[in-house]
Amino acid sequence: MKHLLTSLFILAFMGVCVAFTEVSPFGESNRSSEANLDEAPFDIMMKVLTHKRCVNCHPSGNRPRQGEDSHIHNFNVQRGADDHGLAGLQCSTCHQSENNDFSGVPGAPHWGLAPVEMAWAGKTRVEIATQMMDPARNGGKNLDEIVKHLTEDELVGWAWNPGIDHEGKPREPVPVAKDEFTAAVKAWAAAGAVIPEQ
Amino acid sequence: MTTTFTLNGKQVSVDADGNSPLLWVIRDTLDLKGTKFGCGKAACGACTIHVDGKAVRSCSYAVKFAAGKEVTTIEGLSTEENMHPVQQAWMEEIVPQCGYCQPGFMMATAAMLKEIPNPTDEDIDNNIVNVCRCATYYRMRKAIHRAAELQNATTK
Ligand code: FES
Ligand code: FES
Repeated sequence: MKHLLTSLFILAFMGVCVAFTEVSPFGESNRSSEANLDEAPFDIMMKVLTHKRCVNCHPSGNRPRQGEDSHIHNFNVQRGADDHGLAGLQCSTCHQSENNDFSGVPGAPHWGLAPVEMAWAGKTRVEIATQMMDPARNGGKNLDEIVKHLTEDELVGWAWNPGIDHEGKPREPVPVAKDEFTAAVKAWAAAGAVIPEQ
Repeated sequence: MTTTFTLNGKQVSVDADGNSPLLWVIRDTLDLKGTKFGCGKAACGACTIHVDGKAVRSCSYAVKFAAGKEVTTIEGLSTEENMHPVQQAWMEEIVPQCGYCQPGFMMATAAMLKEIPNPTDEDIDNNIVNVCRCATYYRMRKAIHRAAELQNATTK
């Protein structure tokens, strides 16, 4: 009886695994939550790209945003000529290459703003995706380079490890697990990087 | 962990947790009290120093990042022979009130003047965003313009 139950359990577990793998559009079962199973890779990818952890530093105009409410960055912080702040008030005056848990100042390698032609704030996800695929507005990147930027860049990766704020409260990370996002980006690219109409 | 860097022209090695704020190391380990603690959150600028010539808020700078770099505090701004133009201008314009914020402002100003030798009022507003509870901003603005004059006179 005990063996029968164990066998049934194993069979049931295998069935779950098979079902899980079959419904995954990525061909690998690295999904983090069942609730996302029906989502298209594009939808998963854009949940991340439209999140404040990304958009705060892809602002429209020359003022970065900050915080959970995306308020204009304190201290009159501005883009500057090279997207890394003004000559005497660089991003690196306060931000270093990793989060600082003493001050609550976030940090990651090459901390700075996305160039103004990569402004995302106030745009729809279709507009953002279209812009991201346009070499004139994406720094001349091809699809492989876009995928690499989205999935491997250390500053992009900060969105999953955003540290604590000045009150010691954890910043909200992007709403999709990193491996799920990576799989979604790759699946979207492999299927032709199609941007839906809305 | 031991971190070695140059502080005001002299090599120093400190044994501290690599994540300790450089400000704490400067004040408590190396006993240089000119650099001030104001907020500890990179918000006020009282702790501003130079790392490789650039303004850095040392309360938010892990000491491990200073390894091999040139760190300058207010104590190292002048040379034995010459007062820094910023210090000279600050004295001429009698800028400080209580004085607490002033080292940070002076270090931020000195860093800005390297990059912007003739700052406009707008440059000053945009680049010098430290906080002074005594509101000496008006005198500081005059002193920053005066420091630029002095600096340009000595570099001509
Ligand atoms: S103490 Fe570092 S900015 Fe206030
Ligand atoms: S002189 Fe008192 S805080 Fe600035």
